[in-house]
Amino acid sequence: MWDYTPKVKDHFLNPRNVGEIPDADAVGEVGSLACGDALKLYLKLDDSKEKIVDAKFQTFGCASAIASSSALTEMVKGKTLDEALAVSNQDIAEFLGGLPEEKMHCSVMGQEALEVAIYKYRGLEVPEHDAEHDHGHAYPDYEGTLVCKCFGITDTFIKKVIETNKLTTAEQVTHFTKAGGACGGCIPKIKELIAEVMGQQTAQPQPKTGKLSNLKKMQLVQEVLERDIRPMLMADGGDLELVDIEGDNVQIVFRKACAGCASSGNTARFVEMKLRELVHDDLRVQEVAA
Amino acid sequence: MKEIYLDNNATTKVDEAVFEEMRPYFCELYGNPSSMHFFGGQVQGKVTEARKRVADLLGATPDEIIFTACGTESDNAAIRSALEVLPDRRHVITSRVEHPAVLTQCRNLRQKGYRVTEIGVDGAGRLDMEEYQRAIDDDTAIVSFMWANNETGVIFPVEEAAAIAKARGALFHTDAVQAVGKIPINMAASQIDMLSLSGHKLHAPKGIGALYLRRGTAFRPLLVGGHQEQSRRAGTENAAAIIALGKACQLAGEHMQAENTTVKAKRDRLQDALMAAIPNARINGDGAERLPNTTSIAFEFVEGEAILLLLSELGICASSGSACTSGSLEPSHVLRAMGVPFTCAHGSIRFSLSRYTTDAEIDTVIKELPPIIARLRQMSPFGREHLQG
Repeated sequence: MWDYTPKVKDHFLNPRNVGEIPDADAVGEVGSLACGDALKLYLKLDDSKEKIVDAKFQTFGCASAIASSSALTEMVKGKTLDEALAVSNQDIAEFLGGLPEEKMHCSVMGQEALEVAIYKYRGLEVPEHDAEHDHGHAYPDYEGTLVCKCFGITDTFIKKVIETNKLTTAEQVTHFTKAGGACGGCIPKIKELIAEVMGQQTAQPQPKTGKLSNLKKMQLVQEVLERDIRPMLMADGGDLELVDIEGDNVQIVFRKACAGCASSGNTARFVEMKLRELVHDDLRVQEVAA
Repeated sequence: MKEIYLDNNATTKVDEAVFEEMRPYFCELYGNPSSMHFFGGQVQGKVTEARKRVADLLGATPDEIIFTACGTESDNAAIRSALEVLPDRRHVITSRVEHPAVLTQCRNLRQKGYRVTEIGVDGAGRLDMEEYQRAIDDDTAIVSFMWANNETGVIFPVEEAAAIAKARGALFHTDAVQAVGKIPINMAASQIDMLSLSGHKLHAPKGIGALYLRRGTAFRPLLVGGHQEQSRRAGTENAAAIIALGKACQLAGEHMQAENTTVKAKRDRLQDALMAAIPNARINGDGAERLPNTTSIAFEFVEGEAILLLLSELGICASSGSACTSGSLEPSHVLRAMGVPFTCAHGSIRFSLSRYTTDAEIDTVIKELPPIIARLRQMSPFGREHLQG
């Protein structure tokens, strides 16, 4: 059984604001029957068309989807549209006292419906629903290249969720977006996207070419390995260990699944890229024998 | 809150008589059945009796029964053994709706270079026997089909399938975890080589299972070590649980008639009343031969976990084929293989009864479920056009 908080249970058993608003100013619809959950959010604005005076929802989905929708409507009432746009999926989860990680996609769905409703109201482009494949697009407003064909999820959307939730593993991305949760064919691509987002986040374009003391260098290298690299390798059953740093030569040894892995050369280059990006441009990574 | 337990395909209550039977074998009669002294010997005697009781339920002989730790172990042991005794054959046949205990193992065999064919089912969950006949060839080492499906209760013609395998020189295994104790089984009249059963599905405790191995069938053990179970399954016998399983099998034999009359009548009444009270619903496996205790009903436009949790608030325990309950994101592989329409695949609920199920409990479910479905449909953005009028 899921470990739902009392607040999740309360909002599931006694959902607030269920129903339609016939003369809603803004409506946001995400998800589909095939995907297993869907949310239609209705927003009513005040006369100045700035503030949300009423919000209602209709949800098809599990307990946490219903609770997230209920929470969302309570949270946005009284907010201006700009304030509402600042509500993140973590805010929804926090309002509920937390959600099991496997259910985080329910909070993402809530945030998404809100964003779609407001974008549409403001006349921003929302692409047509693409029913090309079984599931339809779960998040039709996110243009970009389709990554997860099973759930119809694009790279743009996945990158956004990785960034806002600071996700580091493909499993987390599945929990938050559902991408990769069916056939699993797109998991390698999801890993690339994680690497890409992590690179962007930390690679602020300031060339790391200044002088570094050996002590500082050692500290930074260790920090980057622990924070940015080992968690990713460990997620795939691999690992690495720092052996020594001689001048600009960072010597590492691969462990577990990485040891003897055919693509450990690529992994080594990835480590080097990260270290150059985050520590110093002159660093070289050298794989040494265990 | 008193529970209304309608999830007997997940696990069952240990019968009081079964518990009484096993109770002395923990603190008093704790001897090792393999020991030479009288103290172990009296346990050995009870294990022998248990083996006979299990064999009797299956229409088998005691030497054809190997005690294991669970249904999964029996499944794994059977399939691995077949591949080892027929090393020149590199093809495995199973079905798309097997329990993960079989399916995962078969799929893993692909990575070891085996050809694995998964036979499909029709909309009612019936095995495609023509596809099976086309798939089997002289390279097939093992065919493994479940006797009855855990989610829908649909029964496969395993005896007919076993005869086909036999004619090709392949071994035949059946995962009968859901069938044993619910429908009559007579191994003496079949050509099935191996059969798995699990204690906790028939009112014995968890942690005990058995593998039927037809006399004369070559076998390579999964666990090696001591000489227990005629060197076919090493490890000190779980004596108390084995004795419990024996008692449970004896009781299952005695209740077989009731299972197929009174339990079935309650199941039919539940299913008919729910179908009459709730529009846009369908019985998964309707039209196929099914276990007497199981019904799986798909409700359109609602999601299973929400139904289960609302039932649970009322003390009613059921199960679902929906994604959200399992942590996976897709509806069950069984419902997908049957081509259950996506409008209702997420809203399937399984009720599985036992001889302990009462008419009053069935009445409660008949009363409580329709308003739950109505309430969730009211909340759902889908299906309004279908459900009105």
